[in-house]
Amino acid sequence: MIVGERKPLSIVIENLSPWRKILVLGCGTCVTVCMSGGEKEAQEVAAILRLRGFQARALTIERQCEMEFNRKFAEEINREEVVLSLACGIGVQILSDLFPQKPIFPGVNTTFMGAPIVQGLWEERCSGCGDCIVHLFGNICPVTRCAKSLLNGPCGGSQKGKCEVKPERDCAWQLIYDRMREQGRLEELLRIHPPKDWSSSRYGGQRKMLREDVYL
Amino acid sequence: MSFLQKLLKSGTFVVTAEVGPPKGCERSVIEKKCRELFDYVDAVNVTDNQTAIVRLSSFASSLIARECGVEPVMQMVCRDRNRIALQSDFLGACALGIENFLCLTGDHQSMGNHPHSKNVFDIDSIQLLQILSDLRDKKVFQNGEAVKGEIRAFLGAGENPFADPMEFRVYRLAKKIEAGAQFIQTQAVFDLEPFARFMEEVRAMKLHERAFILAGVIPVKSLNAIRYMQSEVPGLVIPPFLVERMEKARDPKEEGIAMCVEIIEAVKKIEGVRGVHIMAIAWESVVPEIVVRSGLYPRPKRG
Repeated sequence: MIVGERKPLSIVIENLSPWRKILVLGCGTCVTVCMSGGEKEAQEVAAILRLRGFQARALTIERQCEMEFNRKFAEEINREEVVLSLACGIGVQILSDLFPQKPIFPGVNTTFMGAPIVQGLWEERCSGCGDCIVHLFGNICPVTRCAKSLLNGPCGGSQKGKCEVKPERDCAWQLIYDRMREQGRLEELLRIHPPKDWSSSRYGGQRKMLREDVYL
Repeated sequence: MSFLQKLLKSGTFVVTAEVGPPKGCERSVIEKKCRELFDYVDAVNVTDNQTAIVRLSSFASSLIARECGVEPVMQMVCRDRNRIALQSDFLGACALGIENFLCLTGDHQSMGNHPHSKNVFDIDSIQLLQILSDLRDKKVFQNGEAVKGEIRAFLGAGENPFADPMEFRVYRLAKKIEAGAQFIQTQAVFDLEPFARFMEEVRAMKLHERAFILAGVIPVKSLNAIRYMQSEVPGLVIPPFLVERMEKARDPKEEGIAMCVEIIEAVKKIEGVRGVHIMAIAWESVVPEIVVRSGLYPRPKRG
């Protein structure tokens, strides 16, 4: 899932300050699960904005990242001066593609692709590099979870299972080592992994996927 | 062949030291450090924006060291340059007569003075070793295209015997040697027991016959310094008894030098250790005394 966190209110209010009539638009998918931009949060933000003198009301769209879900709400969206979208960065942009005349502000900072680990804790798991190799590393992605994205780790800063960059973070390579040992596959870690082909990652610019078989 | 490589091949127990470039463009800082070290070391490691703090470049500083008559070991880290820039700078350095290179992944930028920067980490240190050795031996770039000209390069790597998982460290060293490391400079040794154990593993795998291993040492200047290194410097393991020793010391500087000399004398006796690398960070002036007191002076004459 996409994980996001609420943008600091002071910044949201500063961004909205030239405007009066605000539609706070929640999203019913990922940001609902990570409790940063769902219906409950949309209602809360709208209430706060009203206390600060805005005319704000809340509405939640099931999936802001899909055009057809947004289209249904064209009338309500057009009625207000601006939209504060609590969707991830994808939702904000898709919404804007659909309503290009409408100023739309992000109310959430999209942080990463990850998962809830325990109640209240989310962790990044994938960088979307476009060429998945996790099977070589005990299904722990070194690109995402090692601060230096080492394919031939661990670096010299791995100490007691923790990362030198942030001691509260697990060293990905310790996890890889432990998982491979558990599976009796430590030998595989002796292989030198060659430089990764990053052309499928975002370093090649914006990516697109076209499926001829389903393309209309 | 570089002077360092020649000495190692001849069986000389070598001495290298770290030279940190200044946070500015004064070449005199490097010249002064090189003058102090000239007679006492065989080569100097020129660091590449170590701890991710911006300094005069390793490339330029290596050239300055060379002009001072001291052979540089040019450090190259993967944090700030991708495979294009690293290969290009390597060729440039070769063209200008630099012959020793130390391939490192590099400290993370969040530990340095530009924590808001992006990092690169296109490749890691092992991949860098492989790329540079292929440029030299197979005469190809990383993409397989042919490279022109004779490349003379002596390639090295770091290794930390004290990091976790400890049981994997020697295998990682083997990977570095497999990738092309001809010499290794280890993280600073404070605790001799785990280092001796590591060297036993090295010998069991006969890695000491495939690469020259130089033990890293750090002279400690004060109680604060050793405490700082113990708690703040990633990858360093300092046993409590050494901190206690510094606590009790009447003359901490003298104690620090004595400790360093003892460690050098001890690692010298370990089979497979072919030299020492003295990292007297911001205390380069102490290196001559350490070299002399360790019985490593005079150094062989440069050819």
